[in-house]
Amino acid sequence: MHSETVAQLQQGLRARKYSAVELTRALLARIERAQPELNTFISIESEAALAAAAAADRRLAAGDAPALTGIPIAHKDIFCAAGSRTTCGSKMLANFISPYDSTVVARLRAAGAVVLGKTNMDEFAMGSSNETSHFGPVRNPWNLKLVPGGSSGGSAAAVAARLVPAATATDTGGSIRQPAALCGVTGLKPTYGRVSRYGMIAFASSLDQAGVLARTAEDVALLLRPMAGFDPRDSTSVEREVPDYQAALNQPLKGLRIGLLKEFFDQGLDPRIEALLRTALEQLRVQGATLTDVSLPNLPLSVPTYYVVAPAECSSNLARFDGVRFGYRCENPRDLKDLYERSRGEGFGAEVKRRIMTGTYVLSAGYYDAYYLKAQRVRALIAADFERAFGTVDVLIGPTTPAVAFEIGAKTSDPVTMYLNDIYTIGANLAGLPAVSIPCGLVDGLPAGLQIVGPHFSEAKLLNVAHRYQQESDWHQRAPEAYR
Amino acid sequence: MSLSRRDIENIAHLARLGLSDAEVPVYAESLNRIIALVGELDHAATEGVLPMSHPLPGLTQRLRADEVTESDQRELYQRNAAQVMAGLYLVPKVIE
Repeated sequence: MHSETVAQLQQGLRARKYSAVELTRALLARIERAQPELNTFISIESEAALAAAAAADRRLAAGDAPALTGIPIAHKDIFCAAGSRTTCGSKMLANFISPYDSTVVARLRAAGAVVLGKTNMDEFAMGSSNETSHFGPVRNPWNLKLVPGGSSGGSAAAVAARLVPAATATDTGGSIRQPAALCGVTGLKPTYGRVSRYGMIAFASSLDQAGVLARTAEDVALLLRPMAGFDPRDSTSVEREVPDYQAALNQPLKGLRIGLLKEFFDQGLDPRIEALLRTALEQLRVQGATLTDVSLPNLPLSVPTYYVVAPAECSSNLARFDGVRFGYRCENPRDLKDLYERSRGEGFGAEVKRRIMTGTYVLSAGYYDAYYLKAQRVRALIAADFERAFGTVDVLIGPTTPAVAFEIGAKTSDPVTMYLNDIYTIGANLAGLPAVSIPCGLVDGLPAGLQIVGPHFSEAKLLNVAHRYQQESDWHQRAPEAYR
Repeated sequence: MSLSRRDIENIAHLARLGLSDAEVPVYAESLNRIIALVGELDHAATEGVLPMSHPLPGLTQRLRADEVTESDQRELYQRNAAQVMAGLYLVPKVIE
């Protein structure tokens, strides 16, 4: 059962090949076995999962079962779920019991999904390796010495290790796509505003977006449908109809205009990943797509732009953690100032503190124009580059990451080296665009990712291209040897 | 330009982050690297470019009707607080 996709499990459950309880038990056992090795979960919610699975079986028997009934999933521990611990990977929230449901959690529950637990992540989603988690690093199922990527490293590793067929995730600068690439799974960051962020703990509010990690584009489509759509409780949620993503998966690629992101095929890219991309592109060309080189001249400024905008917004969002209303409080505060400073100093980890300070600095008196305003101007240039490109092509394709997974500890000494990991993913966040990463081959036995970026609200097209590629390739079916 | 020990202490104070003496030089070094990275923006020609205010073109933040939509759940919310008494959040004495 563990190797089946969401689409296969839907059929299996409905044909009574196995019950939702049997499926849930089997995956929970797998999770318990893998946990000491991979550390993919922060909370394993066996009791609640089995109760939800029993309810799913009753609905399936009664013939009153929405699409995802009985499908086991995991939530990134950034999504609030009423009555359950929601930590965001931080000591600050290590004992936080959410009083309410995020919209993503509520909608997937309404669609019938069974939640097995909450996955590990970089603290407050700030990181590219899952090493900043208060709950310890996640290890990559392809090689335990390596990082799974981040910040949604727990979700990506859990899907890669066949512990769950799909998991929710979030992406502020690449946190869905980069771990998808490093773990060999499929990950979609939707358009800004497509999925409600109500109850999703905020990092950088002009960039954050919720999405899905799964093994196939089809499974991403199946989860995205109920997740997406207008939510009056999120003021950035867009009022726009949600298409039937699954129905669009098989459209032929004849006439599809693909732009190759010239700036991404640069000297920083591992030539072996480039070779895999060229092979994949040729396969799309054979299916009827045309390929042209496209230049986005301001794209190389993505990383510096991001490291002004994201920390600025983070410093503002994380000001709410004051040790008073919720979250960690220091022992025996002398006065109010001591309470704030020690609660925050002790409750936040090093990378979060670094970003809060960077953000505080770029927003401080005398520097706002030079940094924040300047970055927002460059951001407008980057967004305009994308818009111009989509005047002549339907989608843009390039690598997801410059290299395959690196060793745990290899990049922790210099934050800038770590930040450059997201060089190919940040552009889509700055411009609010949807983007998907799919497995396109192995380098030294480790997965590499191909990234497809499209215009706003083109998720159906992105999943269509990804699905057609997956119909003609089997990279997405490769599993790490120890977790087949 | 480069951030000194004093600058870091000032930033930490503005952000209400308690840092140990040992942490200050570590953050000075890494923030200086980050400031050097974002310094690349200086070379971008942005004259006459309007700063981006929303990731979706033409959209602004939606406002909702000024209506009460939440019910009073004070007790539930206060369960996550470190110290509560008689429905109030407790903090160290502010006025002597």
